Amino acid sequence: MTETMSPSRNHNASALSLHVPEPAARPGDQPIVAHIREVSTAPQPKPPIDVAPDKITALAYGLIRVLDDEGKAGGEWNAHLSPDLLRRGLRAMMLTRAYDERMVRVQRQGKSSFYMKSTGEEAVAVAAAFALDRQDMCFPTYRQQGLLVARDWPLRDMMNQVYSNTGDRLKGRQMPVFYSSREAGFFSISGNLCTQYSQAVGWAMGSAASHDTRLAAAWVGDGATAEGDFHYALTFASVYRAPVILNIVNNQWAISSFAGIAGGDATTFAARGLAYGLPALRVDGNDFLAVYAVTQWAAERARANLGATVIELFTYRQDAHSTSDDPTRYRPKDEPQAWPLGDPIDRLKAHLIAIGEWDEERHTALSAELAEHVKAEGRASEALGTLHDGARLDPASMFDDVYKEMPPHLVRQRAEMSSY
Amino acid sequence: MPTMNMIQAINAAMDVALATDPKVVIFGQDVGYFGGVFRATDKLQQKHGLTRVFDAPISEGGIAAIAVGMGAYGMRPVVEIQFADYIYPGTDQLISEAARLRYRTAGEWWSPITVRTPYGGGIFGGQTHSQSPEGIFTHVAGLKTVIPSNPYDAKGLLIAAIEDDDPVLFFEPKRLYNGPFDGHHDRPVQSWSGHADSDVPEGHYTVPLGKARVVRQGSAVTVLAYGTMVHVGLAAAQETGIDAEVIDLRTLVPLDLETIVASVEKTGCCVVIHEATLTCGFGAELAALVQQHCFYHLEAPVERVAGWDTPYPHALEWHYFPGPARVGAALKRATER
Repeated sequence: MTETMSPSRNHNASALSLHVPEPAARPGDQPIVAHIREVSTAPQPKPPIDVAPDKITALAYGLIRVLDDEGKAGGEWNAHLSPDLLRRGLRAMMLTRAYDERMVRVQRQGKSSFYMKSTGEEAVAVAAAFALDRQDMCFPTYRQQGLLVARDWPLRDMMNQVYSNTGDRLKGRQMPVFYSSREAGFFSISGNLCTQYSQAVGWAMGSAASHDTRLAAAWVGDGATAEGDFHYALTFASVYRAPVILNIVNNQWAISSFAGIAGGDATTFAARGLAYGLPALRVDGNDFLAVYAVTQWAAERARANLGATVIELFTYRQDAHSTSDDPTRYRPKDEPQAWPLGDPIDRLKAHLIAIGEWDEERHTALSAELAEHVKAEGRASEALGTLHDGARLDPASMFDDVYKEMPPHLVRQRAEMSSY
Repeated sequence: MPTMNMIQAINAAMDVALATDPKVVIFGQDVGYFGGVFRATDKLQQKHGLTRVFDAPISEGGIAAIAVGMGAYGMRPVVEIQFADYIYPGTDQLISEAARLRYRTAGEWWSPITVRTPYGGGIFGGQTHSQSPEGIFTHVAGLKTVIPSNPYDAKGLLIAAIEDDDPVLFFEPKRLYNGPFDGHHDRPVQSWSGHADSDVPEGHYTVPLGKARVVRQGSAVTVLAYGTMVHVGLAAAQETGIDAEVIDLRTLVPLDLETIVASVEKTGCCVVIHEATLTCGFGAELAALVQQHCFYHLEAPVERVAGWDTPYPHALEWHYFPGPARVGAALKRATER
């Protein structure tokens, strides 16, 4: 230690040390998921929507579940959803997964540059979409494609975006999976993390200021809660009592960083909401019924002008972060299988079978039907071109939409480009 | 026609915008009940109501984000950043989001927002109450950058900015709020009364974005200026006796290149002046454009007079600020041939 590094070091005091959180298991280790904050799966009470946030602090530290490990539904949060709604939910989750699988395959074939799956997190998006009104505006991250699927948005349109083909409404300007659909209430995805989280609060404030009835719902990952926009969102949502649902999808991983690097070791992500005076719920993100129930509760609260709710969806990112990522370089290969809260599709399927509203035969048939559907939509999309083959976008369109009307300097640049 | 100073003109513009369009909403730090630290929003909350004009937390990033979200909803937010020096926490939302929303969604969404912010030096504001960060924003595709130099333009340009469907950065030269300033800090402070551009019509009118104004006709040299430097340029022309044509750009992006080129082709030389630091300032873009479009008419190198490449100093303000002496010397250099 040089003098210049610590000129006033007190030699009588014990030396400090820097704490750098590390996950309990790395490649080659036995997967240890018990280190992931000891979760209480005890039944949680369902408070009235006008409850004071400081009266339900335990809900920010426990885990709201409706489905138990055997697929039985119970507890105060059981919304007794109709079998028909549950089957539609199961279908949307299965379709999301089938779509993800095809789009990774075509990326590997070089037909697109990039893709991101949501495997294991389908309930997070799909159940929320079912609990919201179609008119409510969603501010998603890049991993809530299930919202579009649940709102019956055409897969072909999503594929056109992934391929940046001539059918791409975004004209090839955005990387794959950065969808936008005003019609489906799915706000434009940005590469900049968490920016949409605070924008959703602004949208909700606009709705309230206009005496509208629509809500906003926003999603952010565990990693991106560390961004300043997370703090802006919670502050403004609380100050102006904005009708917004602030979802935090804790899938335990931000690319290679485990949730502890985002501050997840010290407390829960839900608990952050409490300090802003917002009710905060922590829910089993792989439990379709529970995600539906908490979203419905938060939506009722917002619709009653009682303001925002923070929801942590406790789940697990089963697959790679993206097609550019290899998770076996930073976590045990079999950690996804060791995840104690299972898989959202398997769990809803088991529940439907347990209540006599589903069976293996129908499940297999639905699987096959969805695979066919994805394939057919894929063929139709590829007919409009892929990133490198087939019909091409008009290069001059690159200069459109920078401004509402093209200013003179862009007119000059467009002419120059067209001359080459 | 009433005489207004620049603050009153800006206040009047927002008053008109609030009255004409129910989607206009104004917020920022201290802009509500108190009426703003510069009085720009004085009495607007009392007149138009708490949900149209309101105070915001001290969070430039949050203010910018809320504006983008409200704009996406369909409102027309006009937000204030108390000093341009404090706009940086909001830049991610302005650069990554507001500027690109229309483009990345191919017109599905857009950001019809206006960001008002006092900028510029000459008030002993030191490092964080004097900056001119316009060059950071003129570099961003999708943003418009507007800077008025007098009360008439301030009202007309601000109404035009608010009504524009693209995101506009509206930089207000705070040194000009109460009166014109030509850089002669040692002379008595002037007020706007009696100045031709302080006659401000009541009600609605606009000054179009993207159009410069020739403030002084001349034949010897073209001076490209905006904000406070317009007045410095005029003073330098008068004091040197050089017949300079002074152009107030008013909008930096989109730029009125036509007016610039016509003038330089006539005068054969050009001096670019701004308060912002020299290197990679907006003057570099202006000099490059003049060189490209007027090369065969130029009789001398394009001169740039700007703030030095240092942070804005407090005690040494008048050694830093590009006043009439420095601009006058550049006019002489450009015209001695």
